[in-house]
Amino acid sequence: MTDVSKFFSDLENKLSEKFGDEFISGNEFHGTVSVSVKSKKILDILEYCVFDVDLKLTFLTDLTAVDYLEMEAPGRLAVVYCLRNVDNMNQVLIKAFLPADETEIDSAVGMWSSAEWLEREVWDLFGIKFKGNPNLKRILLPDDYEGHPLLKDYPLKGRGERDSFKVIQRESGRY
Amino acid sequence: MSKTSEDLHTETLKLSFGPQHPATHGTLQIVMELDGEIVVDVEPHIGFLHTGFEKLAEHMSYNQFVTVTDRMNYLSPLSNNIGFSVAAEKLFGIEVPKRAQYIRVLMGELSRIADHLVAIGTAAMDLGAMTVFLYGFREREKLYDLFEWATGARLTTSYTRVGGLMRDLPDEFPDAVRKWLAQFPKTIDEIEKLLSHNRIFQDRTYDIGIISEEDVLKYSLTGPVARASGVKYDVRKDMPYSSYEDFDFEVPVGENGDAYDRYLVRMEELRQSMKIIEQVLDNLPDGHVNIDPDSKFMLPGKDEVYTTIEGLIHHFEVTMENRGILPPVGEIYMGTETPNGELGFYIVSNGGREPYRVRIRPPSFINYTIFKKLMKGAMFSDIVSNLGSLNIIAGELDR
Repeated sequence: MTDVSKFFSDLENKLSEKFGDEFISGNEFHGTVSVSVKSKKILDILEYCVFDVDLKLTFLTDLTAVDYLEMEAPGRLAVVYCLRNVDNMNQVLIKAFLPADETEIDSAVGMWSSAEWLEREVWDLFGIKFKGNPNLKRILLPDDYEGHPLLKDYPLKGRGERDSFKVIQRESGRY
Repeated sequence: MSKTSEDLHTETLKLSFGPQHPATHGTLQIVMELDGEIVVDVEPHIGFLHTGFEKLAEHMSYNQFVTVTDRMNYLSPLSNNIGFSVAAEKLFGIEVPKRAQYIRVLMGELSRIADHLVAIGTAAMDLGAMTVFLYGFREREKLYDLFEWATGARLTTSYTRVGGLMRDLPDEFPDAVRKWLAQFPKTIDEIEKLLSHNRIFQDRTYDIGIISEEDVLKYSLTGPVARASGVKYDVRKDMPYSSYEDFDFEVPVGENGDAYDRYLVRMEELRQSMKIIEQVLDNLPDGHVNIDPDSKFMLPGKDEVYTTIEGLIHHFEVTMENRGILPPVGEIYMGTETPNGELGFYIVSNGGREPYRVRIRPPSFINYTIFKKLMKGAMFSDIVSNLGSLNIIAGELDR
């Protein structure tokens, strides 16, 4: 692994130079490099990270989201891409902050096939829509589930006992 | 003969495999569209074991969450314990003593062997070779006895703590592991004799479910699945944690990336894990397993709590809800090599007693994304070869 702080300053310079306003801030904490960007041009930013000859962050280790409702951050919802260079094991977390009241971001399925399921999971648990995902439906929860449980304003104990749920009438003679 | 086969009306058959089926090794459902014996399309449905671990984590302290990690990959709970504790320690910025790191390596490798024995055994059982499963479980049972001795439980081990271990190993434990190690190679030989040159096993795994090197990158595959395709990637070697850099071992890689290679890689990893365990036992350092007690990070020993006022105060300081050591504000990602691949924890901390968000990067979930591609156009009978060789663990798949 190359020097983390050198990798961090290089990455920060490159991204802020190339994307200007889209780049919000960078941070290095206990060896983990993270950069915050705006979500509008996320595909361009990811593509740049993958194809830049020095960065070559080609491996999508993880794709997730964070709800920053109770923390200070540039926005409420952030989609987090964990990218890695498989040659020198440099790693970066790219946090794409969605503008307020918006829940849509471009899908990365065109770049990594594994993103399909990971984006479905984020849609399922956070309610973030991925434009261009061919199969965007719930993956862990039932199809008729209401709400997105990993949002901070969703209660830990769910929506209560059976009284809180609507009664489903089965057609007679179905069974 | 007026009618040819073209005139005959045919249609594809929809067949549901699972959620309860012996070969799914848990609860997962695969809805297949079959044209005769050819699989036209598959649609995996998951989530039957979804338990909301990530939501739970936001309402538990760091040490409380260790108990939840047991339930993720239920075939190697110790690896999950280690993975989470290593990640939380990176967040807190602390380093545990060398002895604790070595014991973690020892337990991690023992559970890797236990996990691989089940993975190989069940994969072979689904293909009709029952004996391998029994041989594997015989050895796994001995390992579980060892785990129970050291941690107090077979499955819900919860052995690690943020900053060390629940307790040190029993004095006779290293000797017991040595004794087990001495007789284990016989089982590896037995399994190899039964499978490696077995015509039926070869026919059902050779050139089945081939994963190319490009696909490893495209589908973010890790662990034995990636290594069987020739990608020499192992977190233990590439980003060593918990003193893995001290040990000498090889990372086995395959050539063809088919189900047979995935079996071979797992077999070789059994041998390499034995090699690491031997080195740990030979070089196990003396000393404490927890970080300096003066840092007031860990619970004090019970003898101190019950006999001294300082110990009692210390105990309360650590356990009271509004007291204790708090982590800094920040976020980290830490990956560890578990038997199935890279288990990563992405922890966001707001400086509180509970993590703000914990994301678990589940190796099974991501390895399973390629299943659809492997099955399209394959034979119906390949489904168990592929499922077995990818080793999908439902507890970790659904979290």
